[in-house]
Amino acid sequence: MPVTTKDNLKVWQRRDRKKQLSIWFGWLVGVAIFMFCWKIISDATTWFFVFDAPRIAADIGGRAWPPRWSYLSELWKPMWDTINIATLGTLLAIIMGVPVAFLAANNTTPSKKFLRPLALLVIVSTRSINSLVWALLLVSIIGPGIFAGTLAIAIRSIGFVGKLLYEAIEEIDINQVEAIQATGASKLQVIAYGIVPQIMPAFAGLSVFRWDINIRESTILGLVGAGGIGLYLQSSLNTLAWPQVTVILIMILVAVLISEWVSSKVRLAII
Amino acid sequence: MSAAIESKSRRWKRPPLIKNTTLRYALLTLMIIYFIAAFLSYDVNWSRVYQGLDRGWAFIKSFANPDFVTRWSDISEGIWESIVITITSTAVGIVLAIPVALGAASNLASKPIYLICRGFIAIARALHEIIVAILMVAIFGFGPLAGFITLTFSTIGFIAKLLAEDIENISKPQAEAVKSSGAGWWQWINYAVQPQVMPRLIGLSIYRIDINFRSSSILGLVGAGGVGATLNTAFDRYEFDTAAAIILIIIAIVMVLEYSSSFIRAKVQ
Repeated sequence: MPVTTKDNLKVWQRRDRKKQLSIWFGWLVGVAIFMFCWKIISDATTWFFVFDAPRIAADIGGRAWPPRWSYLSELWKPMWDTINIATLGTLLAIIMGVPVAFLAANNTTPSKKFLRPLALLVIVSTRSINSLVWALLLVSIIGPGIFAGTLAIAIRSIGFVGKLLYEAIEEIDINQVEAIQATGASKLQVIAYGIVPQIMPAFAGLSVFRWDINIRESTILGLVGAGGIGLYLQSSLNTLAWPQVTVILIMILVAVLISEWVSSKVRLAII
Repeated sequence: MSAAIESKSRRWKRPPLIKNTTLRYALLTLMIIYFIAAFLSYDVNWSRVYQGLDRGWAFIKSFANPDFVTRWSDISEGIWESIVITITSTAVGIVLAIPVALGAASNLASKPIYLICRGFIAIARALHEIIVAILMVAIFGFGPLAGFITLTFSTIGFIAKLLAEDIENISKPQAEAVKSSGAGWWQWINYAVQPQVMPRLIGLSIYRIDINFRSSSILGLVGAGGVGATLNTAFDRYEFDTAAAIILIIIAIVMVLEYSSSFIRAKVQ
């Protein structure tokens, strides 16, 4: 504890001078970087529009209310599509992600030199790219529609499922695995009876969690033509039909809140 | 005969995930019905998919030969804008998230404030960034400012929710010790609550930088600044080599961020 003497009085300080200065310098650099970045944003902004924003916002708000509830009848089909994109996308991701996870985990991978780095590469690259970018790509490859959206969700989720699952596999209790091995079980039997029961709760939890995230993501895939309710949002925005936009936003909000509630209930029940 | 039945029934079976038999089979049936219904609503144009396979292969090949040069000025401008949006929105988002988190912690705030803050968090988390960005572009005009406001908004929702949960879980004895020394509300927050939640706050902030960069790379699709606009144009013009270059840069930056963030989080926590 640094203590200085001031007028014959010992004064306790939390940090010594050097540490205090370095912290101060860190804040200085941080604030300078922030101000520099802010200047770039400010230069790229037409401030006239920003000062006008409250009026515009009030204007849009006035047009958007009351919501056009009759539009709701047209939204059930795209909402069903959106839920399908999320659910089947998650299912596909699980089917593809589970083997990847077993290849990536240190204790189950068949070859540490070749297959493990490959599996890790798949996990990192699918995780780093947003599902909207995957949708953009898949729409330009296989054409617009909910199939492209489902694949986009599935590919984006492989990395998520793979990463969390391989971490769970690496954290298993090795004693149980050895006990199964000691009974003379084959490699596949060891996985089925020694490893799978241990990772099952983590697996079920992360699947439901990812499904919940995917519901949220699949609501916007329509913006790039990959089907679902986003398509209707896009067309309502393009025609400046604000009362319809309000209905769609309320619908998305309700769907996301329900899926979040379901997923948290299921996760509580499992874990 | 009876011995055979007995040995069959005594055979060990793995315990099922759902213990209640009726519930298990009911859920299974429901799932099967759902999947059949879902598959039936898919209408895949397989000939179109088959035609596209060539383009898909061209895209995969372009990863071996990415084109950084032709559109470099667009790419670098977009990447810089993404980074700038990430830094500013994370910083402002954290600063604004702290008061919201205090209001959303049930052991600190009064009921009405708690409900308002929780409602704000629920809305901020439920709406996808792109939807918020569309509204912000409509209100504030095109450009990085709309992206900045969007990501600030969702950063507040994310950090405030997780920080509020951490504040609700603080150790009571420490908090009471500070209170019994006669500390005021501010002093209590500063000396009892803040030191306990600081590691979590730092961890969350660094994690959020990571998320914000990923999101800022798509905001350009709706005109809210960042590299997404360049990426969208590249796809629209089937310039897969440029698109591959952008995606490779994004992956590289995300990997650097992820490794440094897990390093710092391991150090702090």
